[in-house]
Amino acid sequence: MPDLPKKKIGLIACSGEELPEGTVTRWAVRKVLETLRPDDVVTLCLPLFLAGGEGERAFARHYPTIAVDGCGKRCAARATAKFSAEPAAGVVVTEEAGKCGCGEIGTARSLDEAGKKLASIVAERIAGETDRLLKRKAGKR
Amino acid sequence: MKNKVPVVACSGIGKSLGAAAREAAFILAEDLRPDQTRIVALSLLVLGDEETRGGVAGRPAIAIDGCKLECAAKGLACSGASGVRKIAVFDVLRRHRGLKPEGVRELNNDGIELARAAAGEAAAVIDQIDEEGGGA
Repeated sequence: MPDLPKKKIGLIACSGEELPEGTVTRWAVRKVLETLRPDDVVTLCLPLFLAGGEGERAFARHYPTIAVDGCGKRCAARATAKFSAEPAAGVVVTEEAGKCGCGEIGTARSLDEAGKKLASIVAERIAGETDRLLKRKAGKR
Repeated sequence: MKNKVPVVACSGIGKSLGAAAREAAFILAEDLRPDQTRIVALSLLVLGDEETRGGVAGRPAIAIDGCKLECAAKGLACSGASGVRKIAVFDVLRRHRGLKPEGVRELNNDGIELARAAAGEAAAVIDQIDEEGGGA
């Protein structure tokens, strides 16, 4: 049987510099890439969609992506759809924060402990979506 | 607020230089020139958010980029900013060859030092814009 390229999920963080939730998206995406699902995901650079990153656009056209947004403006999801293809899934930090009852999370420049905890929660959510898109059953990594 | 010079940083998530660009923007806007600058989220420019574009169109602005693809500068140019002043972190690193920036979520000390150097260069550009009468 031929050795087919492994299916990967592209993660796109909004990285919004104006809100701490934007920083949470970066922390969460990096945690999934570095620790939780290093073999299953790649990160895509959102601004490269606009700056002419054809590799970024092509990946998102042919592979599933997860948009990770800090707020309800959903820049990552909408820009991915605009320049490439609809993301297969999306996570919005403010929604996750509402569910876990997180309060203050620090600043865009520096997350406090609550912010880092929220980032871990968001990272687990992204990992779960990754598994779902790869059709992996719980506990069978 | 509207008269402050918009500062847009690369939000590169794959490399330390992108993280240093982002940190440099915070150092500039929060520590060095808080009264003259304001951070604008690059993602909003990428999306083409009308309100955000309106805040940068026709104005001088600072782009702090991590790599040669210059996403921040291109984002500003596409949004109609006039006279985009570029700070290239990779060029700043060439001027500070001893630094070895590492980390994305959290920069190491050299990464922070590099961000400070880039922010210092950006502050000098802000002063120049002020002298030209284009700032706050």
